[in-house]
Amino acid sequence: MALGLSVIFGVVRVVNFAHGEMMTVAMYLTLVLVSALKLDPLVLLAPIAAVLFVFGYLLQLGLINPFINRPEHSQFMLLVAVALVLVNAQLIVFGPDAQGIRTAYSFDSFQLGPLIVDAAKVYAAAAALVVAGALFAFFRFTLLGKSIRACADNYQGALVVGLNVKRLYALTFGLGAACVGAAGAMLMVVIDVTPTLGPAYTLLAFVIVITGGLGSMPGALLGGLLIGLTEALGGVLFVPSAKSMFAFALLVLVLLFRPQGILGKKTS
Amino acid sequence: MKRRQFSKALAAVGTFSLVNPVGIVRAQPRSLKVGVLLPRSGVQAGIGQDCHRGVQVAAGVLKELGLPALEVMNGDTESNVDVARARAERLISEGAQLLVGAFDSGQTTAIAQVAEQRGIPLVINIAAAPPITEQGYKFVFRNFPTAPMILGDAFANQLEVFSAAGAAPKSCVFMHVNDTFGVAMQKGFTGVMSKFTMPYKVVDTIAYDPAARDLSVEVAKAKASGAEALIMVSRLNDAILITRELVKQRWSPMAVLSMGPGWYEDQYLKTLGKLSDGPLSFVPWYDPNKKLSKQLEGAHRKAFPDINLNTNHIYTFEALLVAADAFKRAGSTDPKALADAIRATDIKDNVSTGPGIQFNAKGQNDKLKNSAIQNRGGKLVAVAPKAASNAKPELPMRPYDKR
Repeated sequence: MALGLSVIFGVVRVVNFAHGEMMTVAMYLTLVLVSALKLDPLVLLAPIAAVLFVFGYLLQLGLINPFINRPEHSQFMLLVAVALVLVNAQLIVFGPDAQGIRTAYSFDSFQLGPLIVDAAKVYAAAAALVVAGALFAFFRFTLLGKSIRACADNYQGALVVGLNVKRLYALTFGLGAACVGAAGAMLMVVIDVTPTLGPAYTLLAFVIVITGGLGSMPGALLGGLLIGLTEALGGVLFVPSAKSMFAFALLVLVLLFRPQGILGKKTS
Repeated sequence: MKRRQFSKALAAVGTFSLVNPVGIVRAQPRSLKVGVLLPRSGVQAGIGQDCHRGVQVAAGVLKELGLPALEVMNGDTESNVDVARARAERLISEGAQLLVGAFDSGQTTAIAQVAEQRGIPLVINIAAAPPITEQGYKFVFRNFPTAPMILGDAFANQLEVFSAAGAAPKSCVFMHVNDTFGVAMQKGFTGVMSKFTMPYKVVDTIAYDPAARDLSVEVAKAKASGAEALIMVSRLNDAILITRELVKQRWSPMAVLSMGPGWYEDQYLKTLGKLSDGPLSFVPWYDPNKKLSKQLEGAHRKAFPDINLNTNHIYTFEALLVAADAFKRAGSTDPKALADAIRATDIKDNVSTGPGIQFNAKGQNDKLKNSAIQNRGGKLVAVAPKAASNAKPELPMRPYDKR
């Protein structure tokens, strides 16, 4: 999920404040499809990512593109408005109650010596690594990926060499949304969904990408790992209720000593 | 008008004035506008919606009891203290003559402040933080036990359950949600427990965030304490999360002793199926043997055939019962007259466990008693106190991997 946020900001330079809400859309989509097709959420990962790709592509082309050159506060208000619309639409359609999916491995765990590891989280993590790997490969080895990177590196240069920047921006936003779609499908095997779940995950994604470096894909992965470990260790070694405090403390330290994030590039 | 007609009219007015010395024709109010504030969206939405079922069945039962009609005005607190305050203000501005709510202690505290400032009676359905009725408020009434009352009865009922089951844990870990209610319970826990000779020691206390989406660290820490049983003060979502973690982390405690909501609620039972069996909840409940309980059970079953009657329904219903009863006796919608009538409440034919509904000088019903209930096959049975029970307790709990 954080990877999607980082991809969108890294290229389009728009901070997606509706990121968490888009993830809950994907989670509800997973819920509906799993109920209808009786398939595993992880099997549905690709089609859900594809649906969210289309959603993101159209959102960028139809709504966000006119705001690309407007002041940042306009973009912020636009995406907050999108987030509110999504939350309330979900409340109307699905109601406020938490809804979940039970898979064959929902209550399974692996025992590694004294360690007990949640099977659903292991599968979700493996799926997340596959998605991240595919995304890296796309940006590194495909012409389209290279074109998007060119847009991110030099906007004017990309225009000069004849790249269709608007279309590439829409594709990038679609890719970011597809990442969110994949994250939603994966998260459904771990937690229940409610329409109001989004903001907490938007905030978490921000903490992760700012820690790792806004716009850096390896940074997003590293940030996720660091924040997760900090929360878990903070909870085990100190007070569980204060585990978020440790994650935010890490963020403050990063902002103090490396404002661009651990793997972020310094901007002038 | 002719002179003679004018004289006749004047005479008629004069005669009427003599017969009616006050000189005002005042219609008897037909219904009372009751603003019901509940967290119907947000983190506590599930429980708020459940409380609302108590509102939905109340109208029919109150009518059968011969009580006047209530005009319910709904307000959603969105599980947020600031929203709760704003909604209370708005409901009063829109004409609410009495408030009921609001399940959560923090939100209820905010609403109580508004009710007292505006001079509108508030009948609390559910909220256990003691300070709410310790402020000297004149318009705030609570028909729900405070945290120390819940704790005191919980320990007494636990001893009764252990004795009846012939088994008791020797060590426990205390896990509580880190909100107003959870912290109030945690603060009272040690003090109240010391008044009882409990068979177990509390080896660790673990607080957690009410909005947490992952409680694996908390459960791992509880398991590592080596305790035989879990003592819980939780909400619904966290109760489900903790049960899932218990299964995943392969820990079947001898008992789950809950002193709050969550573990007995329908969503808990439905979400977890057979994994929901076994936990004991020491909670404000109802006496299944009372006449009104049977009447309410019948109405509830008719309206919601798949949902068990529970604390949320009972106490929300009773808050409306208090309102209707006071309105009938006051014969007025004047807030002060209503508050005076509520203060003089003496309802013997009620639902909750205990002798009935009365309020002390602070506006607290201090006669309420708690029950111990156990989840059995998707149903809830009362196991203590014996006088208000309909089943015997089963302890230890069946391990999760043998279900």
